Amino acid sequence: MEAVLDSASSDETPGLGRSRLLKVAVPAIMLGLTLLAWEVYVRVNAVPPYILPAPSLVAQTLVKDWGTLYPALLVTLRITFSALILALIGGTVLAVLLVQSKWVELALYPYAVILQVTPIVAIAPLILVYVSSTQAAIMICAFLVAFFPILSNMVQGLKSVDHNLLNLYDLYGASRWQQLRLLKLPAALPYFMTGLKIGGGLSLIAAVVAEFAAGSAGAGSGLAFRLLEAQYRLNIPRLFAALVLLSATGVAIFALTSVVAWLSLRRWHESALAREN
Amino acid sequence: MKQAVSSGNPDGAEPAPVAASPRSVVSLRDVTKRFSNGTLALSRMTMDIRKGEFVSLLGPSGCGKSTALRIIAGLGRPSQGMVDWPASRIGRDGRPDADIGFVFQEPTLMPWKPVFDNAFLPLRLKGMGKGEARDRVMAALETVGLKDFAKAYPRELSGGMRMRVSIARALVTDPKLLLMDEPFGALDEITRQKLNDDVLRLWSEKDLTVVFVTHSVFEAAYLSSRIAVMGARPGRVVADMMLPRPEGREKDEGFRVSETYGDLCRSVSQALVSAMYAPAGEGA
Repeated sequence: MEAVLDSASSDETPGLGRSRLLKVAVPAIMLGLTLLAWEVYVRVNAVPPYILPAPSLVAQTLVKDWGTLYPALLVTLRITFSALILALIGGTVLAVLLVQSKWVELALYPYAVILQVTPIVAIAPLILVYVSSTQAAIMICAFLVAFFPILSNMVQGLKSVDHNLLNLYDLYGASRWQQLRLLKLPAALPYFMTGLKIGGGLSLIAAVVAEFAAGSAGAGSGLAFRLLEAQYRLNIPRLFAALVLLSATGVAIFALTSVVAWLSLRRWHESALAREN
Repeated sequence: MKQAVSSGNPDGAEPAPVAASPRSVVSLRDVTKRFSNGTLALSRMTMDIRKGEFVSLLGPSGCGKSTALRIIAGLGRPSQGMVDWPASRIGRDGRPDADIGFVFQEPTLMPWKPVFDNAFLPLRLKGMGKGEARDRVMAALETVGLKDFAKAYPRELSGGMRMRVSIARALVTDPKLLLMDEPFGALDEITRQKLNDDVLRLWSEKDLTVVFVTHSVFEAAYLSSRIAVMGARPGRVVADMMLPRPEGREKDEGFRVSETYGDLCRSVSQALVSAMYAPAGEGA
């Protein structure tokens, strides 16, 4: 430990190395302590595993049931990411159309709002009636949920372009296409990234909720089915293992979208820059 | 010194309409601008801007000087009157071809693009390739002393340097007319003086015609060969002063403390004071 601290303080900027170390160490230690307290609590009180399994048991179950859980995880991941990608494309394209023409905005925006404010669980049965494949129906639900934050952020972003820059483009006779490609889309990038971060989390949530609503079952089902199944069978360790996988997926999506946002904005946008005073 | 300063029409009388002289780069005829909220921003402004002039539009805020500049640039249409370009080819969009450079109050750079790409923008919008434009962009950056910062991002530059990028961008198309809308208002006095010198140097080197909006008497007196003093409510030209041409001042370190400059500032100040108390014309 001392060696680590020494090397950190001999750095050119001593504060930086230490703060980076703390950034990793504090949450890691905190997580370790939480798991330890949980383990100790379960063991000391002899809590039965069908009430609360110890973390060690959850870990064992995760390994033991990997053959069942892994395919389910893949299904959930596939639904989540295809829904997110469709929502990114759909949200961006519709946002561009909406800001290009006042008429299109007046005509289409209400539908986007209605789709957003209606609870997804309530639409799911209807979608299941119309779409023959359960997986496709779940994906449509996840898409609908992830779509709106991306759309509304992009609309906001495309409308927030500096007016003087718009004037400048007008002055040099830029075409609408040039204005969109060279000015509006890059200017909206920070907003797009916000939409991506929100939409990424929501598409996972929606993929799980929609699977509950669809009541899908059998071999081709996702993690939500495995979760329900474990509950019916009182296989609480497996329920926890499925839950751990879902949380890990959520964290991974958050980390991935944050990294993408940082990489694309780090050279110029305030949100990706450290403040120096 | 005084006799060189010919005051125009301080009582606000209408100037007699004159035909656009062939040496005019742009001429405004009875240009009136009323905004949609009813404000009369500009009332019957008539002015010929001749080739090689350095014209300052000087006046208090709300006198329509920026509005006039924007109308010249084609960014807003006059409600009445017309803007004529006697010496230019007119493009399909009704604007003179590649003849205008515009510098805004703020640097107005794209923060996601490095300096080079920002200065390259006007050429890119005209359909020029990056390789083809490289020499011209670098030359423009060199004239403002930023050759070594081509790869930097705007946020890495100081306020004065950002403004220089903005000037380089305006110059990259080799415009005949450079329009500047209070470009240095937000800069500190020292940077501002330096940039004023740069603008004077570019004006004489590149044989530019400049229209410069400012509310600083000292800046206007330092830079201009002609000052149009404007009054507010409604915005109009109250006095049109011809001054001695400012060539070479940027090389004369003593000019800013000279008696000549003091006299100039005094007479411009007096014109501005009388402009503020001038009665509004019938155009109101």
